[in-house]
Amino acid sequence: MKHEGLFTPYRIAEARIENRITRTLIFDAPMEGIQPGQYVMAWLPGCGEKPFSISGDEPLAITVADVGSFSHALTQLEQGDPVWIRGPFGVGFSLSGERHLLVGGGYGAAPLSLLARCAMEKGHTVAVALGAKTESDLMLVSIFRKMGCQVYLATEDGSVGVKGLVTGVLEKAFVEINPETLYACGPNPMLMRLARITREENLPVQLSFEALIRCGVGLCGSCELPEAVCLKLGIRPGFLICHDGPVVRV
Amino acid sequence: MANLEVDFLGMHLKNPFVLASGILGTSPSLMERCALEGAGGITSKSCGAEPRVGHANPVAIAWEGGVINAIGLTNPGAGEEVDLLRKTKKRLAAMHVPLFASIFAPTVTQFGEVARIIAEAEPDLIEVNISCPNVGSEFGTPFSASASSAAEVTREVRRSVGLPISIKLAPNVPNIVEIARAVAEEGADAITAVNTMPAMLIDAFAAAPVLKNRTGGLSGPALKPVALRCVAEIASRVKLPIIGTGGISSGVDAAEMIMAGATLVGVGSAVWRDGPAAFGRIGRDLSGFMDQERYNRIKAMRGKAIQ
Repeated sequence: MKHEGLFTPYRIAEARIENRITRTLIFDAPMEGIQPGQYVMAWLPGCGEKPFSISGDEPLAITVADVGSFSHALTQLEQGDPVWIRGPFGVGFSLSGERHLLVGGGYGAAPLSLLARCAMEKGHTVAVALGAKTESDLMLVSIFRKMGCQVYLATEDGSVGVKGLVTGVLEKAFVEINPETLYACGPNPMLMRLARITREENLPVQLSFEALIRCGVGLCGSCELPEAVCLKLGIRPGFLICHDGPVVRV
Repeated sequence: MANLEVDFLGMHLKNPFVLASGILGTSPSLMERCALEGAGGITSKSCGAEPRVGHANPVAIAWEGGVINAIGLTNPGAGEEVDLLRKTKKRLAAMHVPLFASIFAPTVTQFGEVARIIAEAEPDLIEVNISCPNVGSEFGTPFSASASSAAEVTREVRRSVGLPISIKLAPNVPNIVEIARAVAEEGADAITAVNTMPAMLIDAFAAAPVLKNRTGGLSGPALKPVALRCVAEIASRVKLPIIGTGGISSGVDAAEMIMAGATLVGVGSAVWRDGPAAFGRIGRDLSGFMDQERYNRIKAMRGKAIQ
C-alpha cells in the first residue's frame, strides 16, 4: 500500500539542462494531486534528502541547482537512475482571477513553470518576470515563451533584459498586463520587496518562501518563518513553511 | 459542555492537553501558536548544555502507523534556551498556560547543571528526558533503561532545583513500574510516560533503512496501545500524577489515556495531520465524548479502566 508519507522510487526519463548549474529531472511517472508551488522530498539512500519544488506533474519533474553535495549528486544522475520521492507536501499557489503576473528570482522560476502551465490551460493571461545575476543564470525562459507567456527579463549585470533587480520590470508589466494577482518565488529580500510593492499597488500576492526543511511533516519546527518576517507580512507568527507554506498569501 | 479543566501539581490547566516535548522545537512563536490553538500546557523540545544541530536527513517519515523520527536532539544549548523559555513563559502566562521545559544530558552531573541553568527561566515544571532513543551511538544506553540509573538522575535534578520535576520514561523496558517507583522515591513530582519506541523502517527498493540514523522513535497510533499499557501499570502501583503521552490523536484516545490513569495527556504526532489546530479538534472531541457518556469532569474518568 502506498502511503502519502513514504518514499516511491521514480526513474529519470530525461535530465534537461537549464543553465550552467541547473537541471530539470523529468521522471518516468506522473504524481497525482499536485498543486503548483507544492514540494517533494527527494532522497538518495546513503547520500541525503532535500526538498525541491515541483516543476512538472505529468510526468513529475523537479528542477535542481548544483549548489551542495546532495544537489550535485542529483545533477550527476542519468536516464534510468532512481530517485526516491515522498510528497507532495505543503500549501501551494492557487490561481485567483484571469490575469496573472509571475515573478521568479533565480531558481524561483522552477515552481512558476507549473503554475504558468495550469493558468495557460485555462486560457488565462500569464506574464512572467524573471531576474538573475547574469544571463547564464536565467532559466526556463524558452519554456515560458513556448507556453505563450509574456516574458520580462532583468539581470543585475545588464547582460540581457533590464539592468538591475527583477522588481525593476514590474511597473511595465503592471501597465501591460494589469494583473489581478502576483505570484512569486525567489530569495527572501526579493519577496519582502514584492510584499511592499504589492501592498502599495493594492494587489493580492502569493509568495513562496525557501527554508531548511527537515521533517517535512510539520513536526520539528526547523522551517519556521522568522517572527519578524511574519509581522512585516501581516500574518500570524509561528508559520511553518513545510506545512502552512511554502506559499504565503498576503 | 463538559468541563475539561484539570489540576496538576498545584497548577490549574484549562484542559489536560500538553504539547509533547520535541514537537515544534523551542520557538516562542510556535509554542504560543499551540497555546492559541487550545493546548492546556506546553512542553519545549529537550535542551542540553551545548547547541546541537541534530541528525542529517531523512529525519522523520510518516507511515501508515504514525511517524518515525530521529531528529537527534536539535537544540540551541541551555544558555540560549533560557532566553527563549523566558519569552515563551511570558507569552504563555498571559494565557494561563503553563510551560514545561524538557532537558537532557549525557551524564548525571550534567543533568543537574542543565536543570539549574534552565530553572533561571522559571518554567512551571522541568521534564527530565532520560529516554531519547536516538542518540545511543553518542550517549550510550539511556538512563531510563534501569531503575538505578533513572533514580540517580532524578536525585541529581531534585537536588539541583526547587521546581516541580517530571521524569520521562521509555516504553522498552521489562518493568516500567520498578523504574517509576525508583524515581518517585527520589522525589520526582510526576512521571511522563512514554517516550517514543525505538524502531526501524526499511525501504525494500533501496534495500536500506529510511532514516539517516538508521533507527528512530516510533510515535502516533502504533504507539498508543504500548503507552496505555505503560500508563495503566504505573498508575496502578505508583502514586504520582502521570503525563500520558503516546499516539493520542482523538478525543476518544485521550479518554482512554485518562481512563488508564493519566492526569495530563501529551499530544505530539497528531500535530502532523492538522498542524497545531489538532489541539482544538481533540479538545472538542473529548468534550463531545464526555457529554455523550455523561462525564462532567475529567476527574470522573481518571483511572476508570484500571479499577
